[in-house]
Amino acid sequence: MLKFPIYLDNHATTPVDPRVLDAMLPYFKEKFGNAASRNHPYGWEAEEAVSMAREQCANLIHADPKEIVFTSGSTESNNLAIKGAAEMYKEKGKHIITANTEHKAVLDPCKHLEALGFDVTYLPVDKMGRVSAEQFAEAVRPDTILASLMFANNEVGTIHPIAEIGKICKEKNIIFHTDATQATGKVPVDVQSMGIDLLSVSAHKMYGPKGAGFLYVRRKGPRVRIAPIFDGGGHERGMRSGTLNVPGVAGLGKACEICKNEMSKDRAHALALRKIMHDRFFNELDFISLNGHPEHRLPGNFNVSFAYVEGEALMMGIKEIAVSSGSACTSASLEPSHVLRAMGVGEDAVHTSIRYGIGRFNTVEEVTYAANKTIEAVRRLREMSPLYEMVKDGVDLASVKWTSH
Amino acid sequence: MAYSDKVIDHYNNPRNVGSFKKEDDEVGTGVVGAPECGDVMKLQIKVDDTTGVITDAKFKTFGCGSAIASSSLATEWVKGKTLDEAMQITNTAIVEELALPPIKIHCSVLAEDAIKAAIDDYKKKKASVGAHSSADGTDSKS
Repeated sequence: MLKFPIYLDNHATTPVDPRVLDAMLPYFKEKFGNAASRNHPYGWEAEEAVSMAREQCANLIHADPKEIVFTSGSTESNNLAIKGAAEMYKEKGKHIITANTEHKAVLDPCKHLEALGFDVTYLPVDKMGRVSAEQFAEAVRPDTILASLMFANNEVGTIHPIAEIGKICKEKNIIFHTDATQATGKVPVDVQSMGIDLLSVSAHKMYGPKGAGFLYVRRKGPRVRIAPIFDGGGHERGMRSGTLNVPGVAGLGKACEICKNEMSKDRAHALALRKIMHDRFFNELDFISLNGHPEHRLPGNFNVSFAYVEGEALMMGIKEIAVSSGSACTSASLEPSHVLRAMGVGEDAVHTSIRYGIGRFNTVEEVTYAANKTIEAVRRLREMSPLYEMVKDGVDLASVKWTSH
Repeated sequence: MAYSDKVIDHYNNPRNVGSFKKEDDEVGTGVVGAPECGDVMKLQIKVDDTTGVITDAKFKTFGCGSAIASSSLATEWVKGKTLDEAMQITNTAIVEELALPPIKIHCSVLAEDAIKAAIDDYKKKKASVGAHSSADGTDSKS
């Protein structure tokens, strides 16, 4: 039995795994203590849950539990990492390297730092959304103190050559931050072998609760220091004051543990479902293109442009399916996707893109239904698309003089 | 984005989707918008030569649901009107009829532009045909 609307927007957020919820519930009820209360069992119980979660988080990324700083999620982790490291190392230099396909939670802190006198290089990406190690190396300057490059992109799923860039950062003594919100729990992330110094994670992207996440902060080789954003009780070794969200932290830990144990199963599942959609689309429709990298890609990400069909109109035609579009019309700001634009896929392709985010709880029936429904809607809308008609009549759209408005 | 019932109705049951032969004398074609802006409308009218009344209209639109609805509505409204009457159709009337939110007003503007462009095209065609026939000395208007 299909349940509507079918959820295929797992990059936006994921449902909480029932096992995660079970791990959280006691900390809302009888075990409600403050993890910082050192003098009674309520506090000890909470502290125990937090320690266990710290270990579960560390295990997933091959870190030491002492290197985990709990936060409210990736936006906070990114702000803390970027602003905190910039503040701490500003005497050494004021140059930061990032890329123009980063999430706003990285781009905006960088813009904030620019206003404070830092110099930021926004690396361009290739057509697949990737930055190369060579390109990164060329951007490095003697005064570069920090690099922030996402592990995997939230729109097109492209995975950067993180280990290669981490190696360059080690050689050049640059603090390397990665926003691993989409990648953690989906693909292997190893802070040791990949040379990562700071890493941001959100629980709700990996079947954990919203409002919980962590920042990994390297303690050895080198010992990375960051200035806190919040001043207060000195929690999380002074890096993040504020009473810990114990149920959230317990859920985050459990989510990490499950992702670690079931990564290969989850991955195979997502790849199999993606293949079903991919094959259906590419067998049934013409003028479609995959956005992002065919191999260096998150298993659950499937971002496609259906030429000559506007994204929002298409989403209206598949309203039984919850997805996202790069179309300007679907965003509050009326700005089309900055990621697809940076990849140079062409403005028209940006408007026609749909992102399907496949997750742990999707089924073969769901993706088959979604694919069929999409194909039907694309065909219907192309019947009323003047662009499709022109192309079928042999008109080169690039040669047409459009009246822009 | 919550759409009004009328937008949804036009999206689900678009009126007058299709194309006339562009070359026909009684057909006027307006194509407005640009693919990189996310909407392109093609609106065509068929005009009765003697009465100057629009007897039929067709559209094809690449754009969001509101753009599709605006152009679908425009084809309904121009039918049966004279060219002069059709010129009086404003985007604000379309906004009202479809209850478009402020961020979708440009869809209605585009529909108004499409009507005007189609009428303009028809008139230009007539003028050139007229000039051609009067040279032959057969045009009744001369």
